Amino acid sequence: MFRKVNRLSARSAHNWQKDIYKTVTYDPNEPQFDKILVANRGEIACRVFKTAKEMGIKTVSVYSEADAQTVHANMADERVCVGPAPTNESYLRMDRIIEAIKKTGAQAVHPGYGFLSENAEFATKLKENGITFIGPPNGAIISMGDKIESKVVAEKAGVNVIPGFNGVVKDLDHAIEISNDIGYPVMIKASAGGGGKGMRVAWNDAEAKEGYYLSKQEAASSFGDDRLLIEKFVDSPRHIELQILADKHGNVVYLNERECSVQRRNQKVVEEAPSVFIDPELRARMGKQACELARAVGYNSAGTVEFLVDSEKNFYFLEMNTRLQVEHPITECITGVDLVREMLRVAYGHPLSITQDEIKINGWAVESRVYAEDPTKQFGLPSVGRLHRYQEPTELPGTRCDSGIKEGSEISIYYDAMISKLVTYADTREEALKRMEKALDSYVIRGVTHNASLLQEIIKHPNFLSGDITTNFLYEHYPDGFHGKQLTSEESIRVLSIASALYYTRLASRLSYKSNERHLIKPKPVSSFSAIVNDTAANINVTESGGKLLISVDGAEPVEYPSPNVSESVIHFNDDIVQPIKLTNESVSIQFEGSVFTVSILPSKARELEKLMPEKPKEDLTGKLISPMPGTVISVDVAVGDMVAAGQTCAVVEAMKMQNALSVSRDGKVKAIHVADGEKVADGDLLIELE
Amino acid sequence: MRSLRLLAPRVASLAGRRYAAASVAERIEEKRAQSLVGGGERRIAAQHKKGRLTARERIDVLLDENSFVEYDRFVEQRCSDFGMDDPKNKISGDSVVTGRGYINGRLVYVFSQDFTVFGGSLSSAQAIKICKVMDQAMEVGAPVIGLNDSGGARIQEGVESLAGYADIFQKNVLASGVIPQISVIMGPCAGGAVYSPALTDFTFMVKDSSYMFITGPDVVKSVTNEEITQEELGGANTHTKISGVAHKAFENDIQALVEMRELFSYLPSSNRDESPQIETSDPADRLVPSLETVIPNESTTPYDIKDVINPVIDDSEFWEIQPDFAKNIVVGFARMDGRTVGIVANQPKVAAGCLDISASIKAGRFVRFCDAFNVPIVTFVDVPGFLPGTAQEHNGIITHGAKLLYAYAEATVPKITIITRKAYGGAYDVMSSKHLRGDANYAWPSAEVAVMGAKGAVSIIFRDPKEAEAQEQEYIEKFANPFPAATRGYVDDIIDPVTTRRQICADLAILANKKQTNPYKKHANMPL
Repeated sequence: MFRKVNRLSARSAHNWQKDIYKTVTYDPNEPQFDKILVANRGEIACRVFKTAKEMGIKTVSVYSEADAQTVHANMADERVCVGPAPTNESYLRMDRIIEAIKKTGAQAVHPGYGFLSENAEFATKLKENGITFIGPPNGAIISMGDKIESKVVAEKAGVNVIPGFNGVVKDLDHAIEISNDIGYPVMIKASAGGGGKGMRVAWNDAEAKEGYYLSKQEAASSFGDDRLLIEKFVDSPRHIELQILADKHGNVVYLNERECSVQRRNQKVVEEAPSVFIDPELRARMGKQACELARAVGYNSAGTVEFLVDSEKNFYFLEMNTRLQVEHPITECITGVDLVREMLRVAYGHPLSITQDEIKINGWAVESRVYAEDPTKQFGLPSVGRLHRYQEPTELPGTRCDSGIKEGSEISIYYDAMISKLVTYADTREEALKRMEKALDSYVIRGVTHNASLLQEIIKHPNFLSGDITTNFLYEHYPDGFHGKQLTSEESIRVLSIASALYYTRLASRLSYKSNERHLIKPKPVSSFSAIVNDTAANINVTESGGKLLISVDGAEPVEYPSPNVSESVIHFNDDIVQPIKLTNESVSIQFEGSVFTVSILPSKARELEKLMPEKPKEDLTGKLISPMPGTVISVDVAVGDMVAAGQTCAVVEAMKMQNALSVSRDGKVKAIHVADGEKVADGDLLIELE
Repeated sequence: MRSLRLLAPRVASLAGRRYAAASVAERIEEKRAQSLVGGGERRIAAQHKKGRLTARERIDVLLDENSFVEYDRFVEQRCSDFGMDDPKNKISGDSVVTGRGYINGRLVYVFSQDFTVFGGSLSSAQAIKICKVMDQAMEVGAPVIGLNDSGGARIQEGVESLAGYADIFQKNVLASGVIPQISVIMGPCAGGAVYSPALTDFTFMVKDSSYMFITGPDVVKSVTNEEITQEELGGANTHTKISGVAHKAFENDIQALVEMRELFSYLPSSNRDESPQIETSDPADRLVPSLETVIPNESTTPYDIKDVINPVIDDSEFWEIQPDFAKNIVVGFARMDGRTVGIVANQPKVAAGCLDISASIKAGRFVRFCDAFNVPIVTFVDVPGFLPGTAQEHNGIITHGAKLLYAYAEATVPKITIITRKAYGGAYDVMSSKHLRGDANYAWPSAEVAVMGAKGAVSIIFRDPKEAEAQEQEYIEKFANPFPAATRGYVDDIIDPVTTRRQICADLAILANKKQTNPYKKHANMPL
């Protein structure tokens, strides 16, 4: 193998595991698996490998052809390729995964979340082949995996459930009939579903119709099972879930709750543990019901029981996830328990290493799901690209980042758009949120559009700070969508000053000649110029003094700023943490509180003359259907010559297992169609044109 | 400088007065004032209305504040025909503003055609003014920037105007390779006028307000019956994407001029000067972890060569030349450890990065610029070969491809080459190979230096398709790796991609003292 260069590993050296997993002391001589395989990719595969390595268990990764160079594929001791990029040809191929297990001699399989994690057939096949499934018994997967059956079981176990139709929807007419019986709003969801996929809320018959088709399609593509069910949609609810752990000896404990109400399209965005809304008494009641349900299905391993909680603190069973949840780290942070380790131990046959009394709430933890998404489009439409610069802020105190990527990694359309789970923890909620703010500011992600701006916005929102949240949080507070951070006038001045400091420093370096310049006069960088951000323009004056910059905006008292190093990816300007994105002779782009602002900067004279420059007309996009995200065209629903109405769905594009129905913004006749079913499109591609 | 607005009424009041009545001091003042407004307020307003700046405003944006020193502001045209000898046609300075100034403290000579004076048309007076600054620029060794905005020849002057063009052409040619010459087309540029920019090193255009052509749409229509607009025939879009005549286009005058300041910062003052070097905060020994995964697993999968270039150079600042033309090759200026370098790189994302006629011409000319002005050349190679086909062969890929080969072989500046993936066939030789006096040639572990891809090779070596298939793997193992080249010393080392920046910066520091000369000759005979 090639000579390895020390790749500045200091950054990843910070060991949050030691910092967090303090509750249990394990016997190093306890028997355990020799080798396990993780039938998953990305951050969750890496997460399991970390614990396995800590325990001294050998690891095997599986990967698709597209994932050959990823972190997870190369992190394990052995690796096996299981097919081409599409998940149904690789990560969902049970035969290939079982072949990989046999080939490598792994004794057990951790399924992660998604993919085959809640697939009873997979668990059965493993059993037949004498391989241990690191997860609950088959019966539990089957009964909890089916939303209809799970409700029946839950009800029997004495768990509160939501009113709904206990059966499979037969067809569209049936769906509308049931919806009317229950009364709108209703939730249409995939019977085999989870994670918000194949899930639609309908407020009327038309939406029920659309929801029926979309859910059915998504359910088929995500789970290979298009059965749907319909239930009452509880308005203004909170989504609160209980983490449980059970072993094969009848022990069941709950590890407190997670508050996961901040969602978009039924997918979680920011989670925290514990919840400000849950008092000890309620926690105990919910915990008890969760444990009862686990017992009722003979559960072992880690699992999550999700509840909807209304404002009166009534709670209803939603579903049970028979796997490790995406957001499990926040529970780990407040309980000090390594959930993966417990899963591995339980699967091996050990009893749980903790009792209910030993489970405490130590401080507060917050998780931000950092997505490769444009948050200004429906709170997040996937973006793809190559992370040409990437730096996790894990050197900050109380900061954990679960990811499966590194600098140079590719975010592709084939898989989930999640970049990482950024977790901060501290003694108090206030401190944990402060740390999150800092961590998001210091997190360097270049090459894909990301949602740090939305995450920043959420964690600073007064309602979030006071704990007043529901699952409609985003839709309630941003009814017209999220448009990026809106600068206050005071913030605008800071942004202009910071951009000016960068501009000035870059220009000054242009004048620091090391070569022999024959004609050089002693040049001074331009020190007064005009800077504009959004609609705020100002005259800036910069003076250098003792290695500092004094920046005056519109003649105001100068403010002192440190002289920045423009090559750094994160720069501290007094209290602001800023990331320079692009510096040119005309502009400075910086990331400020998660959003990127481009500040136009010109010498005052050039700015004056710029007013003479003509405005270039903007392209009229009303008659055009543009793909809002990269992906694959699932269907084109119109033909050339068709009359379409504003708002009518004309095409469906899918990326990262998310379907997006696209409609035109005005009425018209279809002039041209530029794509066909199954074709790959990029963000901004023209799909359909109207006359 | 006093503001134009203040002076304007005075000019008007002076215009009616007889010159003889004024004292010399007054006349100096009067002429000076007149020269500042060129063709007058009305024409200035018309120029602004077109979204264009005046000749003087352009100079103000281009140069460091208050650094402009004007020459020949009292020069007047001397035509006596067609009423041109009327005193009102004797405008001080005539249709061009010339002089010198500084950009970031470095000397530059400038001429800026004044469209408000007889449409910027080229009179003998204008030609003389332009030639004067070019002569001086040559003598002291400083670049010339021409801001072109001219309707064409001063027809009233007839052959005198044509002579003026030729004088400028001659100076352009003599200055070529001695001082950098830049042309910015900021208005019309038609007929013979186009050849001066064509002879300079770089030609830039302003979108929607500039055009260049030999003959305009009217003549085209009468000769070939083609209906075409000015924009389609010779606008910025045409010349930056289709013809390759222009090297880049900008949104408006301001952007063009501000970006010229940026380009200027990369250029040496003359062929006597070294490549400029500035202090940089980007460490020369910085590792680039993202390069570890930049090459896709499949050798046929495209990737963006800018994902290699940007993280390797200082602060990812790349001033690309001809970004929209022959995109299968990427060329431009960057800095490494603060020193200007010319980057040449095959672009696997476009046409698999193969060399064709346009790419060879684009890169060949850039390499020659770098060589003429002591700018080291860093070449990133991922090339599957020359583009096959009748379109290429019939249009002379042999001659045009030879231009790039010639340019690299002739170049004596430091040449550093990194083979990132494919280096196949003749194209391997061409792309700054060791055999063409490459100073530091490296291969990444993903490099494949071979005559051609394995499939093609085995189908020639083994006629029997079955056997060919069987031998393909052997060919891959033998040749689809850096060893054949490395064992022969054709690459100096196989390097970890992560260390690429560090290696190049170290080599550049050493090679700064490189001295290499070609045999004496009157001039070489390159395959034009």
